[in-house]
Amino acid sequence: MNEKLNAVKAELEKELAAVEDAAALENIRVAYLGKKGSITELLKGMKDLSVEEKKDFGGKVNLLKNEATEKIAAKFKELKEKEIEKEINSMPEFDLSVPANLERGSYHPVTLVQRECERIFKSMGFNVEDYSEVVTDYECFEALNIPKHHPARDMQDTYYLENGQLLKSHTSAAQNAIYKKYKDELINEGKPIKAIFPGRCFRNEATDACHENTFFQMEGVMVDKDISISNLIFFMKSMLSEVFKRDVKVRLRPGFFPFVEPGFELDISCAICGGEGCPSCKHSGWLELCPCGMIHPEVLKAGGIDPEEYTGFAFGLGLTRLVMMKYGVKDIRDLNGGSLKALSQFTDDQ
Amino acid sequence: MLLSMNWISDFVDLSGLDKLKLINQFSLSTAEVENEIFFKGSDIEGIVVAQIVSVEDHPESKKLHLLKVDAGDGKLTDVVCGAPNVRVGMKTAFAKVGAKIGEITIAPRPLAGYDSFGMCCSEKEIGISDDNSGIMDITEEVANGTDIKELYAIDDIVFEVDNKSLTNRPDLWGHYGIAREFAALTGRPLKAAEGVDLSQYNSLPKVDLKIEDPLCQRYSCLQVENISKNVSPVNMRIRLYYCGMRAINLLADLTNYLMLEMGQPMHAFDSRKVEKLRIKRFDKPFTFTTLDGVDRNVDENTLMICNGNTPVAIAGIMGGLDSEIVDDTTTLTLESACFDSVSIRKSTVRLGHRTDASMRYEKSLDPQMTVPAIARFVKLLTDIDSDVRVVSSLTDEVAFAYDTITLDFTKAFIDRYTGIEISNDTIVKTLKALGFTVELNGNDFTVTVPSWRATKDVTMKADIVEEITRIYGYDNFEIHTAKAPLAPVRPDETKTVTDRVKDILVKRFSLHELHSYVWAYYDEYKELGIEIEDNIKLVGAVNPNIETIRNSIVPTQLCQVKLNTSYNAEFGVFEVGRVVNGLKEDGMCNEETKLAVTLFSKKKGVEELYFELRDMLAVLVDDIKHKEPTFKKIDATHSYQHLRNLNAVILDGEVIGEIGLVHPTVAKNIDKKAAIVYMEIDMELLAKCENASIKYKEPSRYPEMEIDLSFISDTFEPIANAIKAQNSELVKGYKVVDTYRDENGKSITVRILFSHSERTLNGEEVKEVTDKVIAELAKDNILLKQ
Repeated sequence: MNEKLNAVKAELEKELAAVEDAAALENIRVAYLGKKGSITELLKGMKDLSVEEKKDFGGKVNLLKNEATEKIAAKFKELKEKEIEKEINSMPEFDLSVPANLERGSYHPVTLVQRECERIFKSMGFNVEDYSEVVTDYECFEALNIPKHHPARDMQDTYYLENGQLLKSHTSAAQNAIYKKYKDELINEGKPIKAIFPGRCFRNEATDACHENTFFQMEGVMVDKDISISNLIFFMKSMLSEVFKRDVKVRLRPGFFPFVEPGFELDISCAICGGEGCPSCKHSGWLELCPCGMIHPEVLKAGGIDPEEYTGFAFGLGLTRLVMMKYGVKDIRDLNGGSLKALSQFTDDQ
Repeated sequence: MLLSMNWISDFVDLSGLDKLKLINQFSLSTAEVENEIFFKGSDIEGIVVAQIVSVEDHPESKKLHLLKVDAGDGKLTDVVCGAPNVRVGMKTAFAKVGAKIGEITIAPRPLAGYDSFGMCCSEKEIGISDDNSGIMDITEEVANGTDIKELYAIDDIVFEVDNKSLTNRPDLWGHYGIAREFAALTGRPLKAAEGVDLSQYNSLPKVDLKIEDPLCQRYSCLQVENISKNVSPVNMRIRLYYCGMRAINLLADLTNYLMLEMGQPMHAFDSRKVEKLRIKRFDKPFTFTTLDGVDRNVDENTLMICNGNTPVAIAGIMGGLDSEIVDDTTTLTLESACFDSVSIRKSTVRLGHRTDASMRYEKSLDPQMTVPAIARFVKLLTDIDSDVRVVSSLTDEVAFAYDTITLDFTKAFIDRYTGIEISNDTIVKTLKALGFTVELNGNDFTVTVPSWRATKDVTMKADIVEEITRIYGYDNFEIHTAKAPLAPVRPDETKTVTDRVKDILVKRFSLHELHSYVWAYYDEYKELGIEIEDNIKLVGAVNPNIETIRNSIVPTQLCQVKLNTSYNAEFGVFEVGRVVNGLKEDGMCNEETKLAVTLFSKKKGVEELYFELRDMLAVLVDDIKHKEPTFKKIDATHSYQHLRNLNAVILDGEVIGEIGLVHPTVAKNIDKKAAIVYMEIDMELLAKCENASIKYKEPSRYPEMEIDLSFISDTFEPIANAIKAQNSELVKGYKVVDTYRDENGKSITVRILFSHSERTLNGEEVKEVTDKVIAELAKDNILLKQ
């Protein structure tokens, strides 16, 4: 019996030394420790032995069984580690020098600049209003104190439609509707009117690199009991400093627009030369940026607001112009042209 | 408009002040000054008056002469000169050795073998006219050696004001009005523009004059004769030249001079041609030859100056050739008039001819200026030519006069507008300097607007605010924020939804936002085979390729897709924009805000692309409204639509848009092989739809069970309906996991998810549900796949 036991033991060690994968090891485990395994068989073969022999031999077999169990378990662990090591070693090194796939969408640059302006004005408590592109003669001119024979009404500047309506030539065309929308709250609840209204405008003219018949503006108004020129300058300076992300110097010059009185042309200090004068600002140190002014009493009246009691300011920002300034777009026609080579570059820019 | 500082200084003493600073101040307070300032005379130095003592022909040159000139330095200087007009005794402008003309310093130099010690100069060379035909002929009695700058006002600062910034200021179209602004800005007094006393001619006969049309507001005229001089004084010619006008002859120059000085256009007729001055319009169009020799078509709306019934000038625009001053003219009739501004502007547009005069009349000139301008003209003329005789009395007919404007306001009104403190004293001083009469009682002001500001510019209190603040200087304003109560900002729903749609399409689906125009593009549509549909049209567009307003974004977007076919094998674009869908009942345009999306792919099949777009839409609606759109087949009605697979998009029972394929003809015109699908959604209808919001469901803590069933069916809809019809609380969801076609037809595999929130499911109850679904479908002959 002892020879048999030693033979089993020797055989097991030989096999364990040779085994290379987990499946073969499992076969070995079954062949020795399974129900019909050779170690189990050894125990079964003890029935013919004496009590004394049984005690002695049984102890040896159990010892072998424990030893075998341990060794097989250790072998399992060893093989698993080897396998992981093999997996790790078989993993190739990746080539990060390959350019990244940047496939992503894009916003129209006007959307980006418009959102930026909207964010700034919302933070200052202005409502953002939307308005139609087709408006009436009244909205675009009459309500804005632009008399019948003003050159702005001439056919060559404005796109008139067959029914007498027109494509709005400036965002100011929304002023009247905004005043009417909010005047009751102003008068009854004392809530100032603070609104901006970005929108698309149209001028009936030939296009070139600097002229478009379709462009975006953003109008803003604030009306309350004591809105002053001093407030206007303050707001324009704060707002433009936010837009350009620097402390912008502003200056006002008289400018004539029928819907404001006094009316101004607002200049900002040139960002490129800091006011020293450079080709960008035609050596003046200033860039003409936006018309603004105190809302004309007739315009307030047309909106149902008593100009004796209320005053307000209005301004118009050229969104398309801001886009061109911000991103260095040289040909205005690229903005409506629809070429993805140009426009897909405008990813989110907040 | 070019302005001369010397000229301005005739009327306000600006000595001792920094002129550039003043010009900048003017730009900030009055009207925009162009950046380039011209320092006239700064480029010449050392040019003196010299007399030609002898002239000899150059032995080897036909053109050159050998001169000896006396430049007042006690010797004769040898000069070689090529000018044709040299003569002994002539005085001219002489650049001595060492003198500077522009970049050149004059030095002795040989000319065809003879040394020349200096140069005789033409008017062009010294920059006072464009005459380069010969050397300057100085007729003034002046000592040789006198610096030319002492003799003539050559040194000057000239600046240009942007005409557009003067549209509302008729008073600023002459130096006198500009001088008034400088007077107000500097606090220095404004001198009068002196004229003769016209009442001295009251006993003389009147001109036969009659205004027969109210478009002529005022017509003043006077006749003079015996003009002996023909050439204007040099200083006058220099001013005209610096201000952009060429000298012609004394009379023409004087009318121009008056226009540039007072802003009043004037005209001189040969009196023989205007014996019966009538101002009127004609019934019929006719051809009229203006003094520039051009035949112009004049229509019945154009106001004419006539001699009886013969037109002699287009009022306010240009004189006629036939009534011009000619060599044998002895008596001339001087016109100084005022016309209706709108009428002049319209005539200018119709004639396609704008002149310095019409430009001024368009701005609504002050009718009270006509007479002072004549008085000034006569003074300047007689100062130059003492032989001149006035032969008529002032004939002045007034057909229209503006009302005198008086405005009352308080200090509080001004304070409220400015938001700063400007003293009563400053207010009074400023307004008076600008020509207003001012009465102040305590804090109550009464002002009268001067006639030159009262034609349209200053009509109300707010205008007074501008006068005070612009002279005060906006740079001097202390600035502060407004005191306004807080109120929440209310976002516009369509705008909010639009922003979210853009974010999802760009960030999740990698689409590109484009803008296209609001009208149909005739040429591009034709190229793609898209019909222009009848819709409201533009009237008189500059560009004939655009006329009809679009009723859908899809075609304009397809034109842009065509433009990008080589951009990438696959891309998607979108636009949120406006369309007009015919007219509403009230005749107004039915404007709508639409979202259009087009997907283009050379890699995917059209079905795959179509479903990609459908899923995009579902994600948009789910994300924004937490709802699911449904679809309904519709018939194609537009040339760009494919006849198959065109579906209306339905949300909450309402059609909010459509999704479809592009018609094969159009698609092939865009790209022969690519798949193109599109959708168009009404943004207002989408925005209006109520948000179902998030409905939180407690997740089941018990195991779920998934059952797959395959049916033979062409569409999924009946299967979905059958599952829904069970209304079982155990069914938590279902999805299509596979579809394929074989000889038995199309089969769809649906995976139904079961669970119970409070216990583990048993197979029986699940089977009960699936059996019912199978039975329900079997009724419609939709069978389980074996």
